[in-house]
Formats: sequence, C-alpha cells, structure tokens
Amino acid sequence: MRAALLAEHRKLVSTRLWWILLLGMGVYLAFIGAVMAFSFTLTGEDAGTPPLAGRDAATATYSLVNAIGYVFPLVVGSLSVTTEFRHRTITQTLLVEPRRNVVVSAKLLATVPVGLALGLVGVLALVATSAPVLAWRGDGAYLSDPEVIAVLVLGVVTTALWAVIGAAFGMLLTNQVAAVVVILAFTQLVEPIARTALGAVDALAGASAYLPGAAADALIGASLFGEIAGIDLLPRWGGALVLLAYAAAFAVAGRLTTFRRDIG
Amino acid sequence: MPTGPTLTIQGLTKQFGAVRAVDDLSFTVRPGVVTGFLGPNGSGKTTTLRVLLGLAQPTSGGALVGDRPYAEHPRPARLVGSSLEPGFHPGRTGLAHLEAYAPQVGVSRARCREVLDLVGMGAYADRRVGAYSMGMKQRLGLATALLADPPAVVLDEPANGLDPEGIVWMRGLLRRFAAEGRTVLVSSHVLSEVQHTVDEVVVIARGRLVHASSLADLAATAEVGTLVVAADRERLSRLAADRGWRAEPEGDGLLLRGVSAAEAGAACFAAGIELHQLATRGEDLEAAFLRLTAHREAEAA
Repeated sequence: MRAALLAEHRKLVSTRLWWILLLGMGVYLAFIGAVMAFSFTLTGEDAGTPPLAGRDAATATYSLVNAIGYVFPLVVGSLSVTTEFRHRTITQTLLVEPRRNVVVSAKLLATVPVGLALGLVGVLALVATSAPVLAWRGDGAYLSDPEVIAVLVLGVVTTALWAVIGAAFGMLLTNQVAAVVVILAFTQLVEPIARTALGAVDALAGASAYLPGAAADALIGASLFGEIAGIDLLPRWGGALVLLAYAAAFAVAGRLTTFRRDIG
Repeated sequence: MPTGPTLTIQGLTKQFGAVRAVDDLSFTVRPGVVTGFLGPNGSGKTTTLRVLLGLAQPTSGGALVGDRPYAEHPRPARLVGSSLEPGFHPGRTGLAHLEAYAPQVGVSRARCREVLDLVGMGAYADRRVGAYSMGMKQRLGLATALLADPPAVVLDEPANGLDPEGIVWMRGLLRRFAAEGRTVLVSSHVLSEVQHTVDEVVVIARGRLVHASSLADLAATAEVGTLVVAADRERLSRLAADRGWRAEPEGDGLLLRGVSAAEAGAACFAAGIELHQLATRGEDLEAAFLRLTAHREAEAA
C-alpha cells in the first residue's frame, strides 16, 4: 500500500495541470477575498447596512475557500482518475498492481496531501487579501479568535475532503471531459440554485443541509450562503459525516462498476 | 539469471457479448526461447495477453504464470515485464512516467534512468512524452516493461512504429534475453516482422489455435509448387486435370500447387509434352502463415 500511495502521489504531481490549478485557486480566492471584504465593509449613505459584520463577516469570508473554492479540489481529484482512462495509463497501473481494492484506496488517499496543499493555498490567499481590508475598514480580521482559527483549519481539511470526493467521482464517471463538465455545472450552477431554492421552501429547507456544499459549510462552521438565506447548517460532525458518505458512495459505486470490469 | 517462468494458457475462452474473441485456446510458452504469438488483427492475441496479465477475466479456462495466475503473484511486475498498447500521459516526462510505476515494481529512481539508457532513450528522459515519436513511445513502453529486469517479458506488437534500426536492436535484445534463460513472448500480426527473432511460433486465427511449433517446423509446412511452361498449354491443362492437380495460370504457363518439379517433369515427359520451363516455386514463410490463418477465417465465415 505504501508503494501504491507513493506511485499515485508521483502521478499527481508530475503533470503541469495540478500546479496550474493550485495557482488558479490561489489567484481566484485572493480576488474573491478582496471583493467580499470590501462588500462587507462598505458603509455610507448609498451602501445601506452591510449584510454581515464583526466576526460573522470574517468567518463568512474565510469560509469561501469552500463555497467558491471547492471546484478546484474536485477537479484535481477527478483528474487523478480520469486522466488514467483518457491516456490509457490505467493499463500499466493495473499491471503493476492487479489488486483493484489497493488501486482504488491508494487513489483516494493520495489526493489528501494534494487537497491539503490546495486548501492551504486557498485559505492563505483568502486571508491575505480579505484580512487587511476587514481590519482596516471593518470590525477586524479576528485572526486570533479561536472560532476563526477553527474555520481556517477546517477550511483546509474540507478542501482535502473535496479532493477525495473528486477522485471517487472520477471512478464513477471516467470520461474526463464529462466529469469536469458535471463538476463545473454542479458547483457553479446546480448546487447554488438548489441551496437557494430548497431553502425558500419550508418543507425542503432541511434537505438543503445535506447537499455536499452545505455539508462542507457545516464542517467549516461558517457559511455565506447560510447567513444570507438564513438556512440552518448541520452540526460540524454531521457535515463531516455527510461529506464522507458522499466520498464513500461514489467510491463504492466506482469500485463496483468501473473497477469491476475488464480494463486495458 | 534464474530461469523464467513457463506461461500456460489453458482452455481459454473469452466471450464479448455475442462475439467469441478467444475460443478454447491452449498453449505454453517456455523459458529460454523467443516465442512469437501470431495472428491477423482481431484474432484474439491482445485479449489473450490481457487475460494472461490479469487485466481481463476469462469466460472459462485461464492462464498461469509459473504455478499461479499473474494477479496472485505478490509483485507480478517483478516477474513479468509487459507492455500492452502502452498509454502515456503526454504531460509527463519519460522519466516521470517510469518513476510513477517504480515504487510498485520495487525499483529506485536511479534504475529508471538506467533503463532509459538501456533502450537508447537516455537523452530524452526529461522531455515530455507528448513530444515523443511513435518509435520513442514504443521504446519507453519497453523501458517500462524492463524496469525490474524481469525473468519474463510479454510484449504486444513491440515492432510497431520502430524504425528498421530499432527492429534490429530489439531483435538482439530479445535474443539475448532468451539466451539468458528468460521467457520471451512477443505478439505480431506480421510474421516477417518477427521471423528473424522467434524460435517458436503460436499462430491463432478467429480466437483459435491453428498452429504451434518451432519456426523450422512452420517453414516445413510451406507448400511447394512448380511453374510449368509448355509449348502447348492446352495439353498441359488437360494433363493437370487428369492428374487432379490444382493449377492456376501464371504468365505463359501454369502454377501447379503441391506438385514437385520432379513429379511435374516426369508426367510431362511421359505424356510427350514439350517443356520450355520447369521451375520450383517455394512458398515463403509469410505465405504459409497467411494460408494457415486464411483457412481458419474461411472455416469460421
């Protein structure tokens, strides 16, 4: 298993795309951090009351590593599987390790360090641009507040979990283009709309907490969406369990379909 | 170098829906010789190799590497180095490709460089595979197979895309492996490509075994024929018909299949036919191979 993990890690970091996505996540979240911090701290006659203030503004901003950033670890994770099918390197992978449970497990676990790196870069980028603005124009950056520190750390952990979910999803949908399109559509369109729409209907509001992005917000313990739409999140442990359940469901489905067939 | 494992295909059948790609196929591959696994495109060679290497499940029967299936060996890639239609990520360098598989093969990064030098690719180690030519990819695939310096190698169409110089080089390498006592199995759809490399041949067509022997024995099955040019072609045709010879017109004469020059000459002499030419037409190995496979194709159709 150690050999399989090392092999998968080398596969992940030996292509340029992963570095590009890491850089992309950093730049994008730095931009988002600045925009959000300014929008929270805008005061004046035209601006009205900012939607959030104080520590809530800080945690909601820092939690965007998930709500805005989660597309990056998902794509990186899915690519770790789909590129193998696209370029038919999966044949060689199974030649050196025919035990498919080992291959599947190694692929899932190998995305963790990469996901942590993405999370770290994303959180640092968010904080780098938003904290000075919050401190300068708002109520403060709250970077020494224990609850805020928890949000930052769990933001990194959540990003790693997204990478695992991405890999598991790639096992189910091995077509690289299709997987990326589905991830983009889900994260940029389907889930935001679903969270808003479900939240607007009282009977369904509870269900929206089980959407993956909402569960991740619950694990982090802060949510811009939740604050704006007034939706209750699950407890932290509940959010973690829901995320792990998504990863497990995709991985088991992938193992029973893609990785049960003849390959190569 | 320890003796390589024997590869055994036992009553292997592989069905894809309504298509029987491999049909009750059995043969063995011995160490110490180069075995050519031959058949037309789509005859089931690659499917057989995929089952042998644990990538596909047989419908019935099976395949062994030594005493057990490939996948049941603890580190199978150390035992059998293989290259099946090798796939590469175009963004990875040749060296990074090898390094990605090195941990599970159980070799160091230094060995990756070494094996690239061995296949003549040392100078391109740090170039991305996307920029490689077909022949360079073929060599990189071979390098992947040779990572562990394995006692057995299984290569699918290794000559594809190699330049003539590369083919000569590969021939020398495989001959040396066999001489060292390793097991060497190479597939090809063109006999002439491996004719000077292999000692043993296994020929399949439509998923079934049509011939397995030494290359020399395959050559012995090559059919003789005799080209006869007579002054009076009509009389020669009648003679051929009387004798029940298979005759086809060729130029001014007739090509008599399965008839030796002595037999044809004697018959013409006895019949008083004036001959202008009497020449033996030996079938070459490739033609013998094509006849073997075409026969099975016709039978199946």
